[in-house]
Amino acid sequence: MSTTPDIVASSSTPAPRTPPCDHCGLDVPEGLVESGTERQFCCMGCRTAYAILHEHGLDQYYAFGEKRDAPVRPTGKRYEEFDHEAFNSLYVKPLRGGLCSVELYLEGVHCSSCVWLVERVPLLLTGVVRAELDIRRARAHVEWDPAVVTLSAIAQQLDVLGYPPHPFRGVAAETMRRKEDRAMLMRIGIAGALAANIMLLALAMYSGWFTGMEAEYERYFRLVSLLLTVPALFGPGWLFFQGALASLRTRRLHIDLPIAIALSAGFTRGAVNTITGTGPIYFDAVGLLVFLLLSGRFLQNRGQRAAADAAELLGSLAPNAARVVDETGERELPVEALLPGMVMAVRAGDTFAADGDVTEGRSATDCSLLTGETRPESVDVGSRVYAGTVNLTGPLKVKVTQAGEMSRLGALLRRMEESARRRAPVVQLANSIAGWFVAVVLVVAVIAYVYGLTHDPLHALDNAIALLVVTCPCALGLATPLAITVGIGRAAKGGILIKGGDAIESLNRPGLILLDKTGTVTEGRVRLVRWEGAEHVKPLVAALERGSNHPIAIAIQQAWSVIPVLDAANVQQTVGGGIEGDIDGQHLIVGSPVFVARRIGAEDHAPDVRIEAFAEEGLTPVWIAVNGAVVARAGFGDPVRGDARASIDRLRALGWRVALLSGDHPAVVRGTAQLLGIDLADATGGASPEDKLLRVEDARTRGTVVMVGDGVNDAAAIAAATVGVGVHGGAEASMSAADVYLARPGLAPLVELVEGSRRTMLVIRNNILFSIAYNVLGATLALLGMLDPLIAAVLMPMSSLSVVLTSWRGHTFNAVAAARCPAVARTDFPVAEAAP
Amino acid sequence: MSVLFLILPLALLIVFAAVAAFVWAARKGQFDDLETPAMRALHDDPGEGKAPPKG
Repeated sequence: MSTTPDIVASSSTPAPRTPPCDHCGLDVPEGLVESGTERQFCCMGCRTAYAILHEHGLDQYYAFGEKRDAPVRPTGKRYEEFDHEAFNSLYVKPLRGGLCSVELYLEGVHCSSCVWLVERVPLLLTGVVRAELDIRRARAHVEWDPAVVTLSAIAQQLDVLGYPPHPFRGVAAETMRRKEDRAMLMRIGIAGALAANIMLLALAMYSGWFTGMEAEYERYFRLVSLLLTVPALFGPGWLFFQGALASLRTRRLHIDLPIAIALSAGFTRGAVNTITGTGPIYFDAVGLLVFLLLSGRFLQNRGQRAAADAAELLGSLAPNAARVVDETGERELPVEALLPGMVMAVRAGDTFAADGDVTEGRSATDCSLLTGETRPESVDVGSRVYAGTVNLTGPLKVKVTQAGEMSRLGALLRRMEESARRRAPVVQLANSIAGWFVAVVLVVAVIAYVYGLTHDPLHALDNAIALLVVTCPCALGLATPLAITVGIGRAAKGGILIKGGDAIESLNRPGLILLDKTGTVTEGRVRLVRWEGAEHVKPLVAALERGSNHPIAIAIQQAWSVIPVLDAANVQQTVGGGIEGDIDGQHLIVGSPVFVARRIGAEDHAPDVRIEAFAEEGLTPVWIAVNGAVVARAGFGDPVRGDARASIDRLRALGWRVALLSGDHPAVVRGTAQLLGIDLADATGGASPEDKLLRVEDARTRGTVVMVGDGVNDAAAIAAATVGVGVHGGAEASMSAADVYLARPGLAPLVELVEGSRRTMLVIRNNILFSIAYNVLGATLALLGMLDPLIAAVLMPMSSLSVVLTSWRGHTFNAVAAARCPAVARTDFPVAEAAP
Repeated sequence: MSVLFLILPLALLIVFAAVAAFVWAARKGQFDDLETPAMRALHDDPGEGKAPPKG
């Protein structure tokens, strides 16, 4: 752990004085360089990994020349829960011949040598039959013989090599998506091959149109075209008819409806004309339309899928083991196997795996995940603790009362799913246009037909059909998916993962942005913000707080890490009060003003005026007394992110109303609002997750609501908002509920998201204007009877092509220089960072 | 009777074969992961010529 800063510091210097680590290639910290040996390692993890590889003759790993971006730091977990029955029934699939298979999500895989190493695990462990890694999804498929080797041994091996494994949750959803993807790919392949051949025949016929062509060939070509169009339309093209039917049934207009009308009109007329041997056939247009529209849709699905994949991985990182104590001692159990009545041992720094009552020990807990409250809450025997909150200071024994879905966390997640289901989908711009588009085209076609009957009865029907085909909203159907795909792709490069195109459209109508406070506009960590008093006390305080892992102590250690270390004696901690001890012959007391006053016997005096002042700024006051007199005052708080003020001002300038909605103490929320220039009426504190959900649902009746948050307490509100945004470092529940996940810290990505969405919508509008202009031109020509098939054949691809070009060229999201597209999805997880 | 009447169906037969091959590949999941196999191609086969663990 302590090696990290050294590595970072030395690797940035131009001439490293220390040799590189023989395993990971990073510089070895000076203190660890061993003289007289050939091999140098930066940490025990790398040394172990090297020894394993060398022993098994796998030195070839080092020949790839690709270096790891972090030293190997095994978590040291024993993965006992991987062998448990409950784990087995959830994640392990039995295969023929007594083998088993499992899908594991691996942290830290990033390059070709990782693929090589992971797939060599069968050589390292007898009993492992197969290991296959999908590098993009960081997912390993492992097959093994349970009679020879246990899954926990495999997991330990992967851990030692530097790839901590997690069971992949969401195999079912993934299988379904994979099936959809394959089906779409097949459709495109078939439609493409058929369209290409129909067009080849069409080319011959258009040439024949100029130079003359024998009738028997022409009839033959037309017949073959028909034979090729039938499978194209009723195979891959059937998707549009299904969409159109669904749109009619649900009475919600969809772009598929005008597409289906044009396709069927063109095909029917073409088929009739083929049999009668006169008039135009539209098969080339129909075939091309099916292919182009399917491609557009495929691209859009892929772009949205990448973001959904990333959110799913977060779910796999949730803790999966709890330490249970019974007569036989302590053992690890999968979270799924926890039952009410069991007793868990929870170490300091661990997350509670279930709701329960404390039976032994005293500690403080961090409930910010559930409530948004940053101040630690002290717990004692008999206190209730909740799943998802973190045990901060001391070991606890907890008797489980509610586990899994029955816990408070589970109930919150259920509410989140409910509100996500209830939410009405946003009507996409293209679909809302589709409505009057259908009406106008049909009316014009009927008028053209009736008018044609009185003037030119011979060509009346053909002209009307030509009108229907030429106005097929191909470009309109492509306009939105293409622009959104390009936008989502560029946003992902900048660390903004957008799960659906409707988020982009919704963000274009300014409304209300609700910001969670803790972890969203603030850093979500307690820090020393104010120090009033003598400098010479600081080393004493630092010495006293050194051994403690209370958040306040940690904040002090971080703030004064350079202060020379003194030794403290007789240190005594009082939960919910403070800490005291002797340093350098002086008695030091650090704690809450009330605690300090009581300890120095000053509780009868008038309360310190500074307490009020600190509270107004939202700071937690800590008083320091030396030898019975208060000598210094420290204020602790959760500082506002550096870019918050500027970002909020920018959002306001774009027409949004910005409000704070937090579960933290109202005084703290008001203080933050003042700092950010937010109207106090818009700063709501003390809101429970249920309050947040109500507030969002209420505001939705008045317009667009964007909810930005990071905790489980925001998840239900995020799911209910028009656009839910999860921020960097948040809980996995808020990620899976969110439409957008910001993989970079701070609020600047939020501004980028809003601005990028505006620009993307501009491109979409331009595209739609373009395609409508083409349609008007085509319709005019058709009305005048001047639209011969060749002009139609040129006009249609032209309109599609112009839409493709503007989508690609349009400035939507700025791909930020710091872009790490695949890496964002893989390594920027909060849990991965927290791993020791 | 021109040769065209023979050639065209033959050409379409080849197209059909290509499409069938594509559908087979897509159904078998050949397009599911387009990145890892490219890396794997550079690796030697495991098991052959590797030193056994030193006892």
